[in-house]
Amino acid sequence: MRGRKKVAMHIELRGITKCFGALRANDDISFAVPSSSIHGILGENGAGKSTLMKILSGFYSPDSGDILLDGKKVRIASPADAIRHGIGMLHQDPLDFPPLKVIDDFILGSRGNLIPNYKNATREFRELADRFGFSIDPESYVDMLTVGERQQLEILRLLWLGARALILDEPTTGISLPQKEKLFATLKKLASEGMTILFVSHKLEDVEALCNRVSVLRQGKLVGSMDPPFETGALVEMMFGKEIALEPKAQLRFGSNVLHIKHVDLEGIRIQIKGLDLQVRAGEVIGLAGMEGSGQTLFLGACAGLAQPVGGSFCLDEDEKDMTGRTYHEFRKHGVAYLPAARLEQALVPGLTLTEHFILSEGMKGLFIDRKKAEALAKSRIQAFNIKGRPDSTVESLSGGNQQRALLALMRDPLKLILVEHPTRGLDIESTIYIWNKLKERCARGTSIIFISADLDEILKYSDRVLVFFAGRVSPPLEARTLSVERLGRLIGGKDWETLEMEAAHA
Amino acid sequence: MRDNRATRLLFQVAAILFALIVTTGVLFLAKAQPFAAYKYIVLGALGSWDVVTNVLVSWVPLLLATSGLLVTFTVGLWNIGIEGQITLGAIFTTWAMRLMEQSGWNPTLILILAVLAGMLGGALWAMLAGALKTFGGVNEIFGGLGLNFVATALNIWLIFGPWKRPGVASMSGTIPFDRSLWMPIAQGSSRLTPATLVMAIIGILVVYAMIEGTYFGLRLKAVGKNARSAHILGIPTWQYMMSSFAVCGIFAGVAGAVQVTAVYHRLIPSISSGYGYLGLMVAMLVGYRASLAAPVALFFAALNVGSIQLPIVLKLDSSLAGVLQGTLVLFVILGQGVRSRILKKTKVKS
Repeated sequence: MRGRKKVAMHIELRGITKCFGALRANDDISFAVPSSSIHGILGENGAGKSTLMKILSGFYSPDSGDILLDGKKVRIASPADAIRHGIGMLHQDPLDFPPLKVIDDFILGSRGNLIPNYKNATREFRELADRFGFSIDPESYVDMLTVGERQQLEILRLLWLGARALILDEPTTGISLPQKEKLFATLKKLASEGMTILFVSHKLEDVEALCNRVSVLRQGKLVGSMDPPFETGALVEMMFGKEIALEPKAQLRFGSNVLHIKHVDLEGIRIQIKGLDLQVRAGEVIGLAGMEGSGQTLFLGACAGLAQPVGGSFCLDEDEKDMTGRTYHEFRKHGVAYLPAARLEQALVPGLTLTEHFILSEGMKGLFIDRKKAEALAKSRIQAFNIKGRPDSTVESLSGGNQQRALLALMRDPLKLILVEHPTRGLDIESTIYIWNKLKERCARGTSIIFISADLDEILKYSDRVLVFFAGRVSPPLEARTLSVERLGRLIGGKDWETLEMEAAHA
Repeated sequence: MRDNRATRLLFQVAAILFALIVTTGVLFLAKAQPFAAYKYIVLGALGSWDVVTNVLVSWVPLLLATSGLLVTFTVGLWNIGIEGQITLGAIFTTWAMRLMEQSGWNPTLILILAVLAGMLGGALWAMLAGALKTFGGVNEIFGGLGLNFVATALNIWLIFGPWKRPGVASMSGTIPFDRSLWMPIAQGSSRLTPATLVMAIIGILVVYAMIEGTYFGLRLKAVGKNARSAHILGIPTWQYMMSSFAVCGIFAGVAGAVQVTAVYHRLIPSISSGYGYLGLMVAMLVGYRASLAAPVALFFAALNVGSIQLPIVLKLDSSLAGVLQGTLVLFVILGQGVRSRILKKTKVKS
């Protein structure tokens, strides 16, 4: 059987660098992973973990730097090339084929015969599955499997193709606890048989429970590595940077309720939120912290009517107008604005000019476009928001910071509630400060803001209260004044939730 | 390479050259004299006032179909069902004509009502494709193709069933209308109908003004370029998609009505004459810009009419025009693809 070939690989990365435009996603990263070990890669979103793993598995090629397998320099040109070298990657979303039978999916990647030998393949599939105690029927269909089983299928497939090193990207998201335990047992068994394993995660406890060594990435750089016993505090510090002393925040007086969320249940693709309660008062800023995909985006979308809750209700204003089940357009009419993170994909229309955007967002009426009026409007907004662009500039020609300013300029006035995903992601300091000044101006006039950010400093600096999301669990609102970066980091990584619940019970 | 007018023109000229080379190759394979063939096409399209009027007769429905398609392309939809929409326009027109034939009303009034009925038929058929897309999740290409077959079947059934000629049903269609109910023909011409020419010209002007100058057109553009952002900006996207289907269906319906009232004066099995598909090609060739639609549609109509006499003089099939049109569109689109790839590369390098 192919899986029983020589199973040992020493992986070494030397000075891997990869840039996307001005962004250095990986900056001179070097480390080595010996065979028979499980190496954890920790880091927050955008730290460069996925880029690095995609380089190793042939999705990207590095701008500079070398990959050495068993001491030999190799060039990995494609994912197929990677598996030929013995590197298999298990993606966060399984790259399988739901409409196929398990056995068809299993043999898809194999090279060689024109006509697949089902008898042999089924036998080998069963042998492999037995070895790890997986119970998957090769004749069932992939879309009948749970996420955990699909993962198991992927592992079997990669082993069968001759993988000697496995990369797992966030493998514990969306699988049940018993499946997670089985996965960990499998990985440990594989490592004991000589397999090299790279385990990418942002969950501290998983990494601590499984890995022989952990490397931490931050902003594209390798900031450090640690051997067991792991020190959670030190890992958090490496992931998020040193704690920065914050200026004390002026305690604002908040007005009446703007948004009242009553026991809301939400269901996303791989995430569920149950029984969320929250009251947002006029002028208040709520920060949503958590790793990407922990439920924040789902929640924020539901606040704008972009996703519908399966239980509970959303009410707007003092008079508790029930908006549950209403569309986004109705939320918008009632003074709710939504600013997505993917500016050019979800918020702006590439190919149209700034003037045209202002026409669209203002909802100007009539048959023929009043160009003069539109241009005057565009000019005044461009000036008011200090956008570096002309009325006839297309939005994609603007820099990220100016696109974000344009998004703010497109918001109508007055507004009750502004929902923002990553208000300053990828922006320079000047734009960041400018954006928040503009948002704070709105707050002073009674608008509430709920925002998502991966930047803990931003969360702590600008929020009045913070909700932490972890795998669909939502913390009670925490006063930002009482939080530290370290505590927040631990909560985001899934630590300390028991004490949080105890505190909530006593409060 | 720079991104400017000159390089764009260069690629377009190259595309025309390549299309000619390929077509010439096809002609060699068919053991024909390419230059003779091209000469006869030019003569066949421009040789006399009579053939020029034939080109114009062909131009009208093609330009109408193209105009409608520009609207659906603007909102990002591939309305391949336009063939069926033309057919339904023709069917509704014929139906209206049959109802009013014996009424003794003013012929002008009857013709106006018949064209309006055609608009209604095209619009309904288009909105059916739109509803399938919006509420049924059926891609407009598949829905449109399916509806095309249904429209053809319906047409054939009518011609051979309820509307068949007295005595024996025939592939030559229903019984022609009385001459008084034909679209008025220009003096000194055998087929040219000024009224339909005016309709086509007004049509393309309306579409141009709609896309370039109205709030409606701007919102269509926004939905077409990025439906998600358009939704966030407050545009009800599905309503705009449905409206664009309806507008395109109206234009297709007029094209069908023109075919019935001004060209064939009856309903025939192939009443849409492939103008829908040809319109798709014209729209692609002009890069979905309304300003170029009229001349390019005229060129395509000239190719169609010019190649009609090829079978007679050169024993070649008249589908040669289709070969030339098809390869032309292919090479223009290929040129755009190659060009944007090269532009991307030079951008990365710099």
